[in-house]
Amino acid sequence: MTYLVPMPVIMPLLAAALTLLLGRRPRLQRAVSVAVLGAVLAVAAALLVLTSRHGPLVVEVGGWAAPLGIVLVADRLAALMLVVSATVTLAVLVYSIGQGMADGEEEAPLSVYHPTYLILSAGVANAFLAGDLFNLYVGFEILLVASYVLLTLGGTETRVLLGTTYVVVSLLSSLVFLTGLGLVYAATGTLNLAQLAGRLDALPEDIRLILQAVLLLAFGIKAAVFPLSAWLPDSYPTAPAPVTAVFAGLLTKVGVYAIIRAETLLFPGGPIAGPLLVLALLTMLVGILGAVAQSRIKRLLSFTLVSHIGFMLFGIGLAGPPGLAAAIFYAVHHIVIQTTLFLAAGLVERRGGTTDMDRLGGLARISPLLGVVFLVPALNLAGIPPFSGFLGKVGLLQAGVADGSPLAWTLVAGGLVTSLLTLYAVARVWDRVFWRAPHAEMPGPDDTVHTVRARAGREPYPDSADHAGAMLPRLMVGPTVALTVVSVALTAVAGPLFELSGAAAADLLERVPYVRAVFPEGAP
Amino acid sequence: MTTNLVYVITVGVLIAAGVTMLLERSLTRVLMGVILFGNGVNLLILSGGRLGAPPIAGTDTGEPLADPLPQAMILTAIVITLGVSAFLLAMAYRSWQLVGHDEVRDDVEDRRIAGLAARDQGLDTGDGDVPAGRTGDDRDQDGHDGPEAP
Repeated sequence: MTYLVPMPVIMPLLAAALTLLLGRRPRLQRAVSVAVLGAVLAVAAALLVLTSRHGPLVVEVGGWAAPLGIVLVADRLAALMLVVSATVTLAVLVYSIGQGMADGEEEAPLSVYHPTYLILSAGVANAFLAGDLFNLYVGFEILLVASYVLLTLGGTETRVLLGTTYVVVSLLSSLVFLTGLGLVYAATGTLNLAQLAGRLDALPEDIRLILQAVLLLAFGIKAAVFPLSAWLPDSYPTAPAPVTAVFAGLLTKVGVYAIIRAETLLFPGGPIAGPLLVLALLTMLVGILGAVAQSRIKRLLSFTLVSHIGFMLFGIGLAGPPGLAAAIFYAVHHIVIQTTLFLAAGLVERRGGTTDMDRLGGLARISPLLGVVFLVPALNLAGIPPFSGFLGKVGLLQAGVADGSPLAWTLVAGGLVTSLLTLYAVARVWDRVFWRAPHAEMPGPDDTVHTVRARAGREPYPDSADHAGAMLPRLMVGPTVALTVVSVALTAVAGPLFELSGAAAADLLERVPYVRAVFPEGAP
Repeated sequence: MTTNLVYVITVGVLIAAGVTMLLERSLTRVLMGVILFGNGVNLLILSGGRLGAPPIAGTDTGEPLADPLPQAMILTAIVITLGVSAFLLAMAYRSWQLVGHDEVRDDVEDRRIAGLAARDQGLDTGDGDVPAGRTGDDRDQDGHDGPEAP
């Protein structure tokens, strides 16, 4: 069954080429993208079942044996992340198709949207499956280059100018990663993760520390860990709503995934766990304090995104099975929740004409469904029982209490404060956008997207003759509702999911299953 | 593994120059910085293999061989840097087309705070009663000016 392993990378790449050729036939293009991402989801689910039954699956790409050739490895963690990322990318794709169809398809950037989006998903899958540090770098580059294009889609002034920050910061992180690669190779003579696991152990402690610090620096920028997070709230909100949603849900989590791999497979233990915990605390608190001060929904959500990266880092920093399991669970939960919230924010922007909370109001009365798809994930994010956010946080706090060191207790307290402030931040959004009386400038029931845009002093959509300009098209609401349902369902399957993330964490900490899957006769 | 001093110094100078250029405001200079930094890192990777020897097996002259893997990695890295440089150039050009320069803008939050300070000192720049923080280009920070597609 190992032929399934490279599929999540190959299928979107081929489909990207195909959709590029089909640029002039949007209907076919959409069908291909949806079908392929659906297939990726199916493959990812199959991989999850297979890996949890038979252990990690390994493919030697190009037929060369492991240390010389490149391997793709699907273990429990990678398969789990693949399933979640495929779910999210598929939902967001449908949402963006809905948005595109409702607004008319005439705009030029649309023909590159599908290929770029597919390449992004291929890059994410490649990063998850990489069994080789250099291949991880290539995966990162694929997804980053695709994300540059998506972020500056259309080449409008705001996107180009604010996108610059993102591009330059990402480039810097890639260069740091590349430096780390060069140093790791010079020190060990290999980049194969399974082989590195053994060879890095043999290095002197100081050299190991330097290598670890360089790699964590690179991954920390991608994961938006404080103090390397300032780029995120500036650049994410400018992109189109679906793009922001998929970036927020996935891209930082790829960084978190890389940190998990580095901390378990390459550098287990070691003196860096303490500093990681401090950074986790700062990320949580600084992020959420930023969110509290915002008056725009998307920017506020970007700050909560940064803040909750801290929770995952908390679990990783505890470096034990319970902490790591909770971190993996939290990552799964957070990908779904954050994407849903950004999709809901996109709907709010569409319905209300703005994301500025000062100019919104009464949306719960205007569109109760919109209220529900915002409120449920928002409460989930804040960690209200019985949602998965609560369960994830309980897992993390338990792990922290079990650890028992003063630093862990500080983090437990910090986590509680962050949850409270998150609740405050999202409650403020709820209160001002949905609950209070409608704002004077709010669109009424008879308005269309065109009149809303005209009132906001913006150009109406190019051609309104052949589409209704519906305020909340079904294809946009549908995926948002679906993801909300998934996020609620995470509570229902929390038991099995915790078992799965526990098993994944145990595999990661033991390291043997991964290494043995790549080198059945022991690492050379 | 040994390497030679001139080589190490070259790597250091390239990376230092690259970082300096990266800190500039103009995107074109940033691009130069990325290229210098990238080349420095490529040389660093190269020094991970044996320097100065041919990477081709089978010549059988009795000389030591260089490790071909770092060279393969550098080729990949060069291709990636090329693509990214093209993208940055396009961005700089687009920025120049739109606003007449290619300078990286201040942080959104910085501009908001600067706006608030200016208002406090009565230095509002003619925007009248529009509250600071929602003036000028800041209004568009959520991407409102462009087509919302896709």
